[in-house]
Amino acid sequence: MKVLIPGALRSYTRELHVEAIGHTLDELFTDLDRRHPGLRFRVVDEQNLLRPNMRIFVNGHGVRDL
Amino acid sequence: MSRVTTASASTRLVVLVATRKGAWLFHSDAKRKTWTADGPHFLGHTITHMVLDPRDGRTLLAAAKTGHLGPTIFRSTNMGRTWKEASQPPAFAQPDTSSSALPSRAVDHTFWLTPGHASERDTWYAGTSPQGLFRSEDGGVSWTPLPSVNDSAQFREWMGSAQDGTPDGPKLHSIIVDPRDAAHLYFAMSGGGVHESHDAGLSWTTLINGLEVVGGFDASTVTFHDPHCMRLCPTNPDRLYQQNHCGIYRIDRSDKPHAETWQRIGRKMPKRIGDIGFPMVVHPRDPNTAWVFPMDGTDVWPRTSPQGRPAAYVTRNAGKTWQRLDKGLPENQAWWTLKRQAMTVDAQPTPALYLGTTSGELWMGRDEGERWVNITRHLPEIYAVEVAALP
Repeated sequence: MKVLIPGALRSYTRELHVEAIGHTLDELFTDLDRRHPGLRFRVVDEQNLLRPNMRIFVNGHGVRDL
Repeated sequence: MSRVTTASASTRLVVLVATRKGAWLFHSDAKRKTWTADGPHFLGHTITHMVLDPRDGRTLLAAAKTGHLGPTIFRSTNMGRTWKEASQPPAFAQPDTSSSALPSRAVDHTFWLTPGHASERDTWYAGTSPQGLFRSEDGGVSWTPLPSVNDSAQFREWMGSAQDGTPDGPKLHSIIVDPRDAAHLYFAMSGGGVHESHDAGLSWTTLINGLEVVGGFDASTVTFHDPHCMRLCPTNPDRLYQQNHCGIYRIDRSDKPHAETWQRIGRKMPKRIGDIGFPMVVHPRDPNTAWVFPMDGTDVWPRTSPQGRPAAYVTRNAGKTWQRLDKGLPENQAWWTLKRQAMTVDAQPTPALYLGTTSGELWMGRDEGERWVNITRHLPEIYAVEVAALP
């Protein structure tokens, strides 16, 4: 799927839009981290929770549960 | 014991400044008269600490996060020309599934970095907020939690929760490696007291005898202890100084640990100044000399220079007496705050002090703090100042 990357994470992807796969957001961030090492931990903490002050939108809807 | 050794002058010094919005390196000329700024590095990142590895003189580690992004460690092996992110930054273990499992925690930021012993060239230690202790054995590329601290029910009780204590988050700091013994470690927690290990972090004992706590609380309860900054004297590793929430202390280690007590040497400070503050600085060679930078600790704990008149204080007799050092500093209406890592000293034959304020000013105290000169102004809020001699 196509993932829109905010500016604060652009140093990892170098691109506004990147491709990644996953049936859940957890899987999606695992795949993003495989392609762009380090990205996941800046967004998802070690307890698999979305960090504070972060928002994720799936098809325009805000989601917090990975 | 008093011992003063000599030092040779290095021609190049670098002052490492970590701020709320990035990091700067200030390079000096041989006389420490002119300074050249290199930065910002990581503009927009909160850099809580940046340290040069004294074992190779070229590896820099910087603890970073942003207002939105989680914590990480950046590493440079060429004095900041290029940086690479740690592959495995400090992160707590996930709790086990037993019913007695402790609540899970996430690292908010790495607060403190300490290079390992000279004999362990790739070892580093990191302290985090909330309180956690981590070790790297590959030069800071990957970090491993120390379960003896992070997953100990006793330590977790002393730490409290992430909402307790220090407004910027509770912190593990002042990680010290005994220069005589790589396995002898100290650390301190705000809050949670002072602790030491003789087996490289497998087990720990507390070291709080003699330390005071906020009035009305029980000083035998480790939770109530709030060390702000602790330093070991390089030429007398049996002596430590500490700036605490409740005063300035010194301890001299002996072969009778049960009899060891911190002495409140801050009682000799002028009463109108008090003995509250954050940084603690020790002389590179004279274990009788140490500096503090007092903050107002009255009422609601303003944590600004008393009476709006900034000054360092030095003791040259291990805390028996103190002298004010304010020549060159603003004389009034200067309500400075210095954080606990924001004051340090170089190891030149006549050492100079360096300090950074939360208002973004960087100062040097020539001749061991006798004459203060400004290096730069208008930086972001300064969190940490370190100085190193380049090879």
